[in-house]
Amino acid sequence: MTTRMVGEPVKRVEDPRLVTGNGRYLDDLGHDALEVAFVRSPHAHARVVDVDVTDALDVDGLVGIYTYEDLVADQERHGTSVAEPLPLLIPHPTLTQGRTQHALAADEVNYVGEAIVMVVATDRYVAEDVVERIRVDYEFLPAVVGVEAARAAEHLVHPDVPGNVAARMVQETGDADAAIDAAPHSLELDLAIERSASMPMEGKGVLAKWDADDRSLTVHTSTQTSTSVRQAIAAKLALPVDRVEVITPDVGGGFGVKIVHPWPEEVLVPWAACRLGRPVKWTEDRREHFVSSAHERGQLHRVRVGYDDEGRLLGLSVRFWHDHGAYIPYGLIVPIITSTQLLGPYKPGVYRVEFESLYTNTVIVTPYRGAGRPQGCFVMERTLDAIAADLGLDRADVRERNFIQPDEMPFDQGLIFQDGRPLIYDSGDFPASLKKIKDLVGWDDFEAYRDRARAEGRRVGIGLACYVEGTGVGPYEGGHIRVETDGTVVVSTGLTTQGQGHQTMLAQIVADELGVPFERVRVTTGDTRRFKYAVGTFASRTAVMSGSAVAMTARAVRQKALRIAATALEAAVEDLEIVDGHVRVRGTGESAAAQIDLGAVAVLSNPLRYAFDDAAKRATQFASPADPDKPPVEEGESPGLESSQFYSPPRSTFANGMHAVVVETDPDTADIRVLRYCVVHDCGTLINPMIVEGQIHGGVAQGVGGALYERMEYAPDGQLLNASFMDFLMPYASEVPEVEIDHLVTPSPLNPLGVKGAGEAGVIPGAAAIAAAIEDAEGISIRRMPISPSELFHLRERAETAEKESR
Amino acid sequence: MTTPVSVSLVVNGVRHELELPARRLLSDALRHDLRLTGTHVGCEHGVCGACTVLVDGRPMRSCLLFAVSLDGAEITTVEGCQAPDGGMGPVQQAFHECHALQCGFCTPGFITTITAYLDDNPDPTRDEAREAISGNLCRCTGYVNIVSAVERAAELIGDRPGTGGA
Repeated sequence: MTTRMVGEPVKRVEDPRLVTGNGRYLDDLGHDALEVAFVRSPHAHARVVDVDVTDALDVDGLVGIYTYEDLVADQERHGTSVAEPLPLLIPHPTLTQGRTQHALAADEVNYVGEAIVMVVATDRYVAEDVVERIRVDYEFLPAVVGVEAARAAEHLVHPDVPGNVAARMVQETGDADAAIDAAPHSLELDLAIERSASMPMEGKGVLAKWDADDRSLTVHTSTQTSTSVRQAIAAKLALPVDRVEVITPDVGGGFGVKIVHPWPEEVLVPWAACRLGRPVKWTEDRREHFVSSAHERGQLHRVRVGYDDEGRLLGLSVRFWHDHGAYIPYGLIVPIITSTQLLGPYKPGVYRVEFESLYTNTVIVTPYRGAGRPQGCFVMERTLDAIAADLGLDRADVRERNFIQPDEMPFDQGLIFQDGRPLIYDSGDFPASLKKIKDLVGWDDFEAYRDRARAEGRRVGIGLACYVEGTGVGPYEGGHIRVETDGTVVVSTGLTTQGQGHQTMLAQIVADELGVPFERVRVTTGDTRRFKYAVGTFASRTAVMSGSAVAMTARAVRQKALRIAATALEAAVEDLEIVDGHVRVRGTGESAAAQIDLGAVAVLSNPLRYAFDDAAKRATQFASPADPDKPPVEEGESPGLESSQFYSPPRSTFANGMHAVVVETDPDTADIRVLRYCVVHDCGTLINPMIVEGQIHGGVAQGVGGALYERMEYAPDGQLLNASFMDFLMPYASEVPEVEIDHLVTPSPLNPLGVKGAGEAGVIPGAAAIAAAIEDAEGISIRRMPISPSELFHLRERAETAEKESR
Repeated sequence: MTTPVSVSLVVNGVRHELELPARRLLSDALRHDLRLTGTHVGCEHGVCGACTVLVDGRPMRSCLLFAVSLDGAEITTVEGCQAPDGGMGPVQQAFHECHALQCGFCTPGFITTITAYLDDNPDPTRDEAREAISGNLCRCTGYVNIVSAVERAAELIGDRPGTGGA
């Protein structure tokens, strides 16, 4: 009997290769390629007056220097569009002032790090020598840095964008202000979150090879969406799409930043490879990643809320300002997610949300794991804590009173989500999750623990935060499965992988659905030579989308195998089963006289003329008697034991969870230590609990980083002051707590596996839960995150001064 | 532009005679001249630890060393931490068993660091295991399972025949 694989903590098939140093990441390829370095703007806002390359020309090993003018000339000569601005990937009717950058700056730079000149040389050392010898003259313009400066609009980032406002968007379910005014109690809060970034350990990178004889381009890129990069490169370089293939090698983490495309380098490196006729590679270094990739999280929020004596929400009105940086290639996805997912597991009464997306002279902002949800969760959870404090109620009780109940599912929040579809929750049991998290952390016993700690001179606090996460966003994903004649099951899906164990997880699904041993399944992701139609890896969507697609595909292959085997075994399809890769008559067991392995079925599925190997011999025309009145390939069938199916759900499926945190704050130094971190998680059916828990661990670490350490320190002139791992404090093992996890499983009714996404969840409530715990320990309102010990120290001083003055 | 310098490196037990520019980083020499791409470069300023290799048995950041300064040195990379039969070595096996890697980019630096650590500290407590890996950055795992992998690797090494056990 085959063991069921879905639900088991199966060890990853990716590991043996990766732990022995046999992974192949972008810079592990193309050792003989020419290499690229860029002259990047050292100024946040300036006009480029002149580029002087005189001193650079005699550097040994220089191959080419390119500026915007070369792109314009190429456009005129070859009909490309390399000099046009990069695409605005996700248009929206409210995004009336969308601006995107040029691959190389045209005449103005809008952030420190914007590429101005591309240098191609024999290696990176030489390319950087050349970069140092190129002189650029600038005419300085005033920089707009931070939400306040953008709103004040004394200076403009783009002269033709009034008020620095790219978009203003409102969603409402009624007259929230009237509901708040009529409520027995109301509160106003200002809440802020600062910038952080995805910061994968491997930066971006591109390797391109142009085959002049075949007139075809092969691009390797460290991306979260190879299929879309392929389309974008073909469009930019005016190449037929079928002459371009994009392959994602092993990718050293993504966390959102690599879903953006095409990056300037994804256009420029292939372009240079075509024009030079030689392989060209660019590997991003860490400083480049800090100043020329993408950041996220920076938002200011103003909340008005009305509630009754029990803490039930009657009306909620949120205005917020989103700093999207110098350009807006990824559209309004982040603020749309904040504005909708802010509601979490709660019924807000009447809700109104309004945001403005603002230009600043800083690095662009695009989704980073969580993608606007950490900010939304912070806003909602801080608001509920403030209500509890105002009414003197238990914080968990206030949450429970506002929960959507299980019998109200599916629950329509009356808003439009990031996929353009209604925000309808499909599943979840929030009261059950709350009970689990209270039990796990010991919520009701905490006061006794606090008293004991106090007696030892220690200061501790507890916090709780809940979230709902729309996952498995459409429009679709697909899968292709082919059974080889040796019984190997070859699976391809178009979306990419960056460490989530997709090869393992998808193989588990296929093994179960097809009835083959797990070890016989081989999965390929993100290679357009193998599968051309895909969207990408983002929004915790792989298990839901590609998982469902390969399950459907495996079912189709299974049906085809049964049809072919039924003829061969002279049995009815309904009487057959597939066990351990063998088709046999149900109930006859392993010793069944009549059985046929899937490899043999694959042979029979493909009637042959030529016997190129022993397996093929069995499918040739004289090998066995056949019905002379039937065509060798029956009507409606195609040769090969294979199929391709697509999964396209009507809307997203909604995962949820609750985190509880215990912190200790040092009474003297204001040092903040996370003592316990507890998670209750509901992502529906678990395909591989080991991988899901790994995703939670990693998310929690990023949540802790975002709450206590990580921030992009921009000076008022637009210089990023901490653009290195020395200065941008990503947590080491010494900063991250152990994580205690409990699962609740409410399967999604929307897909064949009952799964909901799990990739981003761990990070979402981090800042909210840790802020709540610090507030509980200190008795001081925490309204901005991240918070450092020195900031906490100053908050204490301010609170003491205020207390003295009020006496 | 710069005159190449002769250097002799013993990498994973194999001697290589190289002619390298004086400024060539050890990380680049290993990766691009010797094509041992298991050593990864995550920051190029010595903070993340992904490029950690063992130089005469001691963990060092190969992105901060010039290859030519290591004439005659014995260098062990992640490829050299495999079992004699080419399978996973004990630390690598422990990473696999404990799900201590996701994207795998930082993993080689952890493997070499832990290999050296367990040579000197064969039986660490969980707190000591955590401390041992606190100089390497990982963005995927939250470190929980890497700490477990240090403990598991210690067990695997202790159980190996010929090492006497703990």
